[in-house]
Formats: sequence, structure tokens, C-alpha cells
Amino acid sequence: MAPFSPTATPPLLRIADLRKSYGQTRVLHGVDLDVARGEVVTIIGPSGSGKTTLLRCVNFLETYDQGSIAIDGREVGYRDGAARKLRSERDLARMRAETGMVFQSFNLFPHLTAAQNIMLGLTKVRRMGSAEARAKALHWLARVGLADKADRLPSELSGGQQQRVGIARAVAMEPKILLLDEITSALDPELVGEVLDVVLSLAADGMTMLVVTHEIGFARDASHRIVFMADGVVNAEGPPAEIFGPDQTSERLRGFLARFSRAHRL
Amino acid sequence: MLAQITYAIPFLIPGLLVTLEVSVITVVIATAIGVLLGVGLIYGPAPLRWVIRGFSDIIRGIPILVLLFFVYYGLPLTGLNLQPFAAAVLGLIVFKVAQVIENVRGAIGSIPKGQMDAAKSIGLPFPERLAYVIAPQALRRFLPPWLNGVTDAVKGSALISLLGVGDLMFDIQKVVGRTYSPLTLYCFGAFLYFLINYALSLGSRALERRFSYIRD
Repeated sequence: MAPFSPTATPPLLRIADLRKSYGQTRVLHGVDLDVARGEVVTIIGPSGSGKTTLLRCVNFLETYDQGSIAIDGREVGYRDGAARKLRSERDLARMRAETGMVFQSFNLFPHLTAAQNIMLGLTKVRRMGSAEARAKALHWLARVGLADKADRLPSELSGGQQQRVGIARAVAMEPKILLLDEITSALDPELVGEVLDVVLSLAADGMTMLVVTHEIGFARDASHRIVFMADGVVNAEGPPAEIFGPDQTSERLRGFLARFSRAHRL
Repeated sequence: MLAQITYAIPFLIPGLLVTLEVSVITVVIATAIGVLLGVGLIYGPAPLRWVIRGFSDIIRGIPILVLLFFVYYGLPLTGLNLQPFAAAVLGLIVFKVAQVIENVRGAIGSIPKGQMDAAKSIGLPFPERLAYVIAPQALRRFLPPWLNGVTDAVKGSALISLLGVGDLMFDIQKVVGRTYSPLTLYCFGAFLYFLINYALSLGSRALERRFSYIRD
């Protein structure tokens, strides 16, 4: 992917010194990460390094203990200031609508058709009329190649199709940033491609994305920048050429990539 | 024997109606309260959860008869003196609420956690998440066991005759007292209770079948 040239504007997403523990287990130990508007940033790293937790914090599906996450300068989850007062339920919901999330296990609403899955947020959160919402849902279903599946229940769709509906559901809300959490991990290998193609086309449109993935090849081809997380901190980051290049200085990252390529016969 | 039954039927109808009336009142009120408390048990703040958990565990551990006697004979000592009918309905409601709480807990608990995450991520506030994502999915898991549990309320209602409420059981005993034909009449009474409850379990099974086509 073409190198990303950030503009002078402040980053869309700014994560500073983010810390979180589950009881005695520290998951995030001070993560700093900025994502510029239109940038595609991919997070890789071993299991348990805090990748998914970080993503869930950005959508405030998890609370965090210290540090800050701001989207467009607005603090996520807590009201600005040192007091760290939790936002009201309505306020949290409004903030969450600014970020779209796609899940590893799809999490489509099983009682709603593909189109209804997409329309729910449009009608109840964006307050669209149902005809307008349906038109928009159909537009996005067509965009992910599922125009003919609009009135199917998720149980009637393949995994790859379900995940494409999941992407359409998130993107139709026109979020400022799209969060992708290992979205191909639950898919049969032959279905991975159709999902990643959709993600690539969104990236080409300039959608800002923060991606957690085990698809190293996809990370290399689709990201402007790769972040390597280990033990709850950002261990290394840079453009793909640098991350995978021979001059990479992080021992931890080189070890991870070496183990990874052995496991995947790359 | 048939003569005994045809003789008894007119005397049993008022009691049968009382049994149905008590059951319907109990189930309607207990379901409304139980659903609210069940939602509180799952999503409420910790102290509320403890109170509801404690209530449900205690009530489900007490025989209905003890509950009914407590309400009718015990509560007057605290100044709450209820008529037999009101005491009977109150006792049955308390019993049934605890059951409905567990029905709700089971139904909502069986929904994968990712559903709540997905509903949050598209920006739905809590009441909307409950109404449009959780409730429709929980309903199909709630209805079959709930309808099945309604039979417990109908069966349990036979005990209210012991408080002097003129239900079906009460009327059966009156007729037995006059005719000295306990075998025939208790069999017929059992048959009437069975009819009501069998209809309910058929309904429960039909609901289960109806909802089974939705997979997760």
C-alpha cells in the first residue's frame, strides 16, 4: 500500500499511557498510539499481548484504569478532566456510535435479517426513517457483494457472508474509525479472501482503520503502519517495510515473525 | 361411577373457575414482577443483585404450603391481616415470582455475550439494547420453560383450599364429604387438573418447536 502521508491535523485517535488490569493481571501497561485520519494501522503480536483488549477499550466495551483514549479530541468513556467520571449511558452510546467494530465471532443479531442487522443502528441511533435505512442497508450489502442476501437470516449465511454483513453493519453507521478484531480468525481458510477484499476496498476509500489480525500477509499489504504489541506495550511500530525489513532492531518482533513464518510455512 | 361424576360436576364448576382465576392472577402479576426482578438480577448494581438472588434462593427453598401458611397465619402478627383469597394469591405470587426470575436469568444468560457487545458497538443505549437485541432473543428461550412453570402455579393453587378458599380442590372435598366416594371424585379432580396442565405443556412444546428454527 502507498506510504501514508499524514496531514498536519491532530490525530483522529490518540491513545496515551493506557493501562488496564484484570485483578492482579496487568493487560495494558501504558500503551501510546496515534492513528491519523485515513490511516490503516494494524496491530500484531502474540496472544495475550493486549491487542484485543486495546481495541475493545477504544470502543469502550472495556473500561480502563489509567491513561486516556480520545477520538477527535473527545475523551472516550470518561468525562474530560482528572476526575475520570464515567459518562452517562446516553453519552457512552453516542461515543460508541462514532466507532464501528467488527468482531471475530461476527455477533450478528440472529433474529434479524442481514438488512435488518444493518438497519437497527440506522433507525434507532441515527434516527433514519425505515425506507431510507433500508436503502442504505441495501447499498452497503451490495458493496460487500451480498445484494441478494438482504432478507436472509444470519443462520442462512456462510461465515464469510456473515462477516461481510458484520462489516456492512459497522460501516453503514459512518463511524470515524473502524475497529477490526481478528475478523477472519473464525473463518474457514477459503472464506478469508472474500472478507479481506472488502476491507481492502474500504481502505482504498480512505476509511480510518485500526486492525488486530493474525494475517501477517494482509498486515503487510494493507497497512500504512504496523504496531507490534508484546506484554501490554507497543514494542515496535513502523511502516510494513521497516517492520518486516532486515534492519528491524526489536529482538522480540524478529522472534515473533520467525516463529510465525515457521508455523505458517511462509 | 358416571352418575357420581355427573352429580358432582355442577358443584365443581365454581371451584374450577376460582382455580383458574387464582392461577391467571398469580401468573400475570408474578410474570410482570419476575421479569423486572430478573432483569435487575442480571444487569442491576451489586446490592440489588444480592437482594434479588437472596429472595429467589430463599423462596425456592420453601414449600408452597409453608409460604401460604406464613402469609395467612404469620403476617397478621405483623399487622397485615389478609382475607383467605388475598393471602392465597399473595403466597402463590411470591412463589411464582422466584420461578420467573430464574426463567429470565436462564433465558438472558444463554445469549452469547457478543450480542451485547455488538449492540453497544453500534451505539444503542441500554434500554434499546434490551428491547431490540436481548429481549427478542431471550423471549424464545423464556417462553417454553415459563409456560411449563405455569403448571406449577396451577398445581400449587390446590393448596389454597387449606386456607378455606373455595377452589376446585375445596369443592371436590365438599362433594366427597357428601357422597363418600373419594376414589371417583379425586380421580376426576386429578383429571381436571391434568387437563389444564396438559394443555399448557402442549402449548409449551409447540412454542419450543416454533422457535427451534432459529439457530445462533
